[in-house]
Amino acid sequence: MKNTILSLILVCFVSVGAFAKSDVITIGVPGSYSGDLASYGIPTKQAVELVVNKVNKSGGLLGKKIVMLPEDEMCKPELATNAAMKLTPMVNFIIGHTCSGATKAALEHYKDAHIITISPSATNTDLTVSGDYPNFFRTIAHDDAQAMLQVTFAINHLKAKKIAIIHDKGDYGKGAATLAKNHIEKNGQATVVLFEGITPGAVDYSAIVQKIKKVNPDVVIWGGYHPEAAKIVALMKKKKIMAAFIGADGLKDETFIKTAQKNAEGVYASGPRDVSQRALTIQAKKELKDTFGVEPGAFFLEGYSATLAIINAVKKAGSTDYDKVKKALTTTTVDTPIGDIRFNAKGDVIGAGFSMYQVKDGKFVEVK
Amino acid sequence: MEYFLELLLSGLIRGSIYALIALGYTMVYGIIELINFAHGEIYMISAFIALIFASVLNAYGLNSLATFAIASSLAIVYAAAYGFTLEKLAYKPLRNAPRLSPLISAIGLSIVLQNYVMLAQTSSFVPFPNLIPDFAFLNSISHILFPSEFLILVITTIVMIILTIVIKYTKIGKAMRAVAQDRMMAMLLGININYIISVTFIIGSCLAAIGGVLIASHIGQINFFIGFIAGIKAFTAAVLGGIGNIPGAVLGSIILGCTESFATGYVSSDYEDVFAFAILVLLLIFRPEGILGKKRDQKV
Repeated sequence: MKNTILSLILVCFVSVGAFAKSDVITIGVPGSYSGDLASYGIPTKQAVELVVNKVNKSGGLLGKKIVMLPEDEMCKPELATNAAMKLTPMVNFIIGHTCSGATKAALEHYKDAHIITISPSATNTDLTVSGDYPNFFRTIAHDDAQAMLQVTFAINHLKAKKIAIIHDKGDYGKGAATLAKNHIEKNGQATVVLFEGITPGAVDYSAIVQKIKKVNPDVVIWGGYHPEAAKIVALMKKKKIMAAFIGADGLKDETFIKTAQKNAEGVYASGPRDVSQRALTIQAKKELKDTFGVEPGAFFLEGYSATLAIINAVKKAGSTDYDKVKKALTTTTVDTPIGDIRFNAKGDVIGAGFSMYQVKDGKFVEVK
Repeated sequence: MEYFLELLLSGLIRGSIYALIALGYTMVYGIIELINFAHGEIYMISAFIALIFASVLNAYGLNSLATFAIASSLAIVYAAAYGFTLEKLAYKPLRNAPRLSPLISAIGLSIVLQNYVMLAQTSSFVPFPNLIPDFAFLNSISHILFPSEFLILVITTIVMIILTIVIKYTKIGKAMRAVAQDRMMAMLLGININYIISVTFIIGSCLAAIGGVLIASHIGQINFFIGFIAGIKAFTAAVLGGIGNIPGAVLGSIILGCTESFATGYVSSDYEDVFAFAILVLLLIFRPEGILGKKRDQKV
């Protein structure tokens, strides 16, 4: 409580010193900077600070200085609402919030005030997909993105009509499998012919593989980790089942190729895109190390990218006008640590997040 | 119909896998009435030993049949040594203690061995090379019965027959049964019970090693935890068939394997374990001694 009061007092001082909107460009950075979820928010604040300082040093944006206004809400929706009410009158843009619940609570305020909001970490699917928040964008893939990618890949790329879904009954595996099932049913171009869980660690999976053979699917989607997948893939090869096998990030692991060996060839797996070799990623990490002396925390790169995206959009639009910036965000591609990104009409990032990989000659190769 | 036969076959194979491990369980229980929870760990350790020797032999360029023979023999020798030592270390000092004490000791051993392998080797799955050669006469049905499965079926049957003969008709078998019936009386009659119990553990561990090598080649990957799950299922099968009874262990395993296979095939694999254990509970309500188990009079 003490912390909250302190931060409220602090905020009041900040508000007193608030700048008139026209002289500077103000970016509000509400997020979780204290409490048990602080580690999710602080890296974003550091990222915004790095980018803003760099831009200011090189002459600012549209000739104006950028000012950032951090606001701590500890991932609590009620504090997020307070933060939003305070920030709304004085900012041009928002980068935040950290958590989905807090983001949702605050978004109503930003929406009414026509403030473009980019979150680096709120992954709740509905925030964008529902279409309720036209001012909302994010630089992170939503919870459902991976399942969606798997299903669209199976239906559009592999032309699947019959899809079997097998999972390992665990939180992760069954969760992913259920999302995939929902997407297939919503899509309507393919049917789910089998949806079953297996027991991880069982000595033999020939019965379930026999069942897969009987329903004869075009694609098998696997929800779970790689050890069971390796066993199932081996049995499918032996029983001459030709269906393509698609796993998620729980399967995309070098150990899978090592254990399944030649049976792994041709298996598909979705997973986060590897960005560690991108020039901007390396640069951003170095800046962080030089300035704050720490390694990147959670959502640092997403926060960095969100800031770059908004700055680039303002430059392209030539103003901070809501409609113009929004248009720039969805039409121009910007080079960021997480990829060459832009946003789709709903506000989800294109060009980052998950990619589909296929095992070729013992390696995961990205499928274009 | 074909689907039914395929499910039956996969049930038989799963059953034989359980049986290979269940035989060791049931044998030790039959002689000294101890549920040797470390049995699954011996199975796991022998798979690791076979893997290590197979990798070494492979590096020297031996052909797969010779590698298989040497690696599995060495695994059996090591497992026998483990079984012998474990009994001396963990069970012998507790031989006259209440029955719960050796049971706790067995569970403790199981945990120790698991963690030992996890630390000495790795916690992730490692690939197990396919040591079993392709048999030419299986080529026509290789899509329904793999060489490894064929070998598991055959070896389980052979092991069961040999064990039954040893226990029923040899001198050492007679001594084992005597120890099982009344340890004190056997001792008075001049049977060296320490020797008999050691032999029992050595045979049980050899069985676990045979299971370890065959099953690991069949599944193709091992880690430190495989002994636990396989052990629990095999133990269930041994109880189902009547613990202490050797043909019973095989029968129980096959019933368990087929139940799981048909449950997966005709209902849903989500309920595979539910069916397996429902059968166990039902059977134990009506026949507490298991399918082939003999009713024993309570010793007072």
